[in-house]
Amino acid sequence: MDLKEKLVSSFLAFENSVDIDSYVHDVRSEAIKVFEEKGFPSKKEEAWKYTSLNKILKVDYSVFPKQENALDYKDVKQYFIHDIDTYKIIFIDGKYSSHLSETTHDGIDVCLMSAALNKPKYRLVIENYFNKAASKESLASLNTAFASEGAYIHIPKNKIADKPIQVIHFSTGNESASLLQPRNLIVVEENSHVQIIERHQSLTNNAVLTNSVTEIFARKRAIVDYYKIQNDTANASLIDNTFIKQQRESIASVHTFAFGGKLTRNNLNYYQEGERIDSILKGVTILGDKQHVDHNTLVHHIEPNCESHQDYKGIFGDQSTGVFNGKIIVEKEAQKTNAFQSNNNILVSDKASINTKPQLEIFADDVKCSHGCTIGQLDESALFYMQSRGIPKKEAKALLMYAFSNNVLSSVKIPEIKQRINKIIANKLGVDIGFDL
Amino acid sequence: MLKIDNLHASVEDKSILKGINLEVKPGEVHAIMGPNGSGKSTLASVIAGKEEYEVTKGNIEFEGEDIEELAAEERAHKGVFLSFQYPVEIPGVSVTNFMKTAINESRKAKGLEDMPAKDMLKLIREKSELLEIDRKFLSRSLNEGFSGGEKKRNEIFQMAMLEPKLAILDETDSGLDIDALRIVANGVNKLKSNDNAVVVITHYQRLLDYIVPDFVHVLYNGRIVKSGGKELAHELEEKGYDWIKEEVNA
Ligand SMILES: Nc1ncnc2c1ncn2[C@@H]1O[C@H](COP(=O)(O)OP(=O)(O)OP(=O)(O)O)[C@@H](O)[C@H]1O
Ligand SMILES: [Mg+2]
Repeated sequence: MDLKEKLVSSFLAFENSVDIDSYVHDVRSEAIKVFEEKGFPSKKEEAWKYTSLNKILKVDYSVFPKQENALDYKDVKQYFIHDIDTYKIIFIDGKYSSHLSETTHDGIDVCLMSAALNKPKYRLVIENYFNKAASKESLASLNTAFASEGAYIHIPKNKIADKPIQVIHFSTGNESASLLQPRNLIVVEENSHVQIIERHQSLTNNAVLTNSVTEIFARKRAIVDYYKIQNDTANASLIDNTFIKQQRESIASVHTFAFGGKLTRNNLNYYQEGERIDSILKGVTILGDKQHVDHNTLVHHIEPNCESHQDYKGIFGDQSTGVFNGKIIVEKEAQKTNAFQSNNNILVSDKASINTKPQLEIFADDVKCSHGCTIGQLDESALFYMQSRGIPKKEAKALLMYAFSNNVLSSVKIPEIKQRINKIIANKLGVDIGFDL
Repeated sequence: MLKIDNLHASVEDKSILKGINLEVKPGEVHAIMGPNGSGKSTLASVIAGKEEYEVTKGNIEFEGEDIEELAAEERAHKGVFLSFQYPVEIPGVSVTNFMKTAINESRKAKGLEDMPAKDMLKLIREKSELLEIDRKFLSRSLNEGFSGGEKKRNEIFQMAMLEPKLAILDETDSGLDIDALRIVANGVNKLKSNDNAVVVITHYQRLLDYIVPDFVHVLYNGRIVKSGGKELAHELEEKGYDWIKEEVNA
C-alpha cells in the first residue's frame, strides 16, 4: 500500500478517533476527497518541476503517533530561544507537551488547536477562520483532512502580545518513520501585534516527514512577525504551507532561515485584501551535503496602494540544490502597487545548483515592480585580500557569506534570534568567529 | 629579512617574473619603479601569497624561512603586509569589524586570546587619529564606495593596525591629494623602525620625497634591470625609461 492509499484508508478511523465537530468534519471530508483526487504533486506540475517528492514518499511512515513521549527540558534546551521570556507551545511527535509549554488565556489565547476545535467558546473563530486561507491544493488538503493538533493563537483587538511565542515540533524517532501534520491557526485582530518563532526539530536519525499548514490572519493595522528556523537533521523533510491573509494597513513579515533538513519546501502565500498593506518575505538559505530547499512564494496583490518586499539569499555548497520560484500577481484593481523581489545566490561548489524563476502576472498598469536574481561565486580577489590581512581562507569565506546574507538578518527585530541565527551560521560554516557586523 | 632568489612566476602559463633577485634587510626602505606591465604588482602579490600565481623557479625567504608553500594568511601572521594597488570592496563588512577579525585571527594563530574590546577600541582610535580618518568612516563597508584616495589611506590604516615587519606599498601614492600624501607618508614614517622594512612601488618621485628610499630598483620585463640609490629615482623622473630599455635591449 503506498502512502496515499494508506492515508485515505485511515481517514475514517481518524475521524472516529477525534471529536466530530460538525463544521470541521465537513471541511475535513471535503479535503480528503480533494487529496484522493489529486494525490501527491509530481514533477509534471510546473510548481514542482525542480522538487521531487518521490524518494521521501517511498518511506513507510506511521501516520499517527502511537505513544506519548516525554522529553527533558535540559536535553532540548538548545532548540529554544531560551535567553528571553516567551510563551511556548511545544509538541512531541505531534502530541502537545504541557510539561515543556507555557500557554496563556490571559487577554490573549496562546494554546492548542485541539482545544480550539473542540471547545464551544472557540467555535466562532474556527468557523470564521479555519481553512479560510489555506489553498485547495493537494498537500494543504491532506493536512486539512487530518487537522487535529497544532498552535492556536488569537490576539484580540488592540493587544500587543507581551512576549514572543515559540512553537516547536519535536520528533523523537520512536517510530521508525513518522509523518507529522501540524495545523496552526493565528488570528491577529485589529491594531494588534504578535511575534512568533517556529521550529521543527528531529531528535533522531529516523525519517520524519512534516506536512505543516499555518494560516495567519492579520486584520486591520495588525503587525505579525514570523520567524521560521529550519535547521533539521539529515533525515527530516518539511513541507511548509503558510497562508497569510492581510487586511487594510497590516504588516506581515516572514523570515525563513533554511539551513538544514533533507528536503524542504516552503509554500508561502500572501493574499492582500485591503489597501496600504505591506508584505515582507525574507529568507536566508545555507545548504551543504545533498540538501534541497525550494522556496515557492506567492504574493497576490488584490487592492490598490500596497507593497510587497521579497529578499531571499542563498548559499549552496557540496551537492546541495535550491529552488526559488517567486510569483507575484497584481490584479487590475491593484493600482499603485509596489512589488519588489530579489533572489541572490552564491554557489560555493561546482556540484551545487540553483533554479531561480520570477513569475510576474501584472494586470494593472500603474505599478512599480522590480525583480532580479543573481547567481555568482565567491569573489576570489576579496578572499585573497582578506587572507593577506591574516584572515584564513575558511574564515574569509564565512565572513563573505555572512556579509552576503546580512541584509536579511538586519531586519530581524528580536536580537536574540539574530544571535541564534549567527551561531547557527558560524556552526554551519565550521568557523568560530563573531559575526557582529 | 626578505631574500628573493632567481624568482620566476607565471599565471596561466604566461611567464611574468623572469628571475628576480632582491634582498631587503631590517630598517631599510626599497623603492621599485618601472614601466606599466613590467611585473611590479605581480611581484608584490607573489610575495604576499596570491595562489593564482605559480612560482616556477627560485625561492622567497622571509626571516630565514622559505615561504612559497605558506598560505597568504600565514605570511600575514609572520608579518608580511601588502597595501593593494586596487583595494577590494567587501560589501557588508565594516572597516572596524574587518580589522577586529584580522587582528584576532592573527592572535589566534599565535595562540593568543582575542584582544579585549577596550584595547581594540583604543588601538582603532589611536591609529585612525594617526591617519586622520573620521570615526564615521570606520563603520562603513570596507572600501565600498570609497574614493580612490580614501581606499589608499585605509590601506595604511590597516597597516598601522597590524604593524607588519615587511610592508609592501603598491602605488599607495596614486589617487592621493597633496595633503593626503603627506598624512599617509607621515603615517608610514611613524611606523618605521630599525626592525621593520618597507618596499614602495611607485611611478613618482614625490612619494619618495617623504619616504626616502635606501635603494631604488627598476623592474622591467620581469627582471630587476637596474639598482641604485635614491638619486636613481630623480634620474628616472627626468629621463623616463627609454634609456634603460635601450641598455637592456643592447
Ligand atoms: N592574473 C593575470 N592574468 C593574466 N595576465 C596577468 C595577470 N596578472 C598580471 N598579468 C600580466 O602580467 C603583466 C605584469 O602585470 P603587473 O600588474 O604586475 O604590472 P605592474 O608592473 O604592476 O604595472 P602597473 O605599473 O601598470 O601597475 C601584465 O602584462 C599583466 O597584464
Ligand atoms: Mg601594478
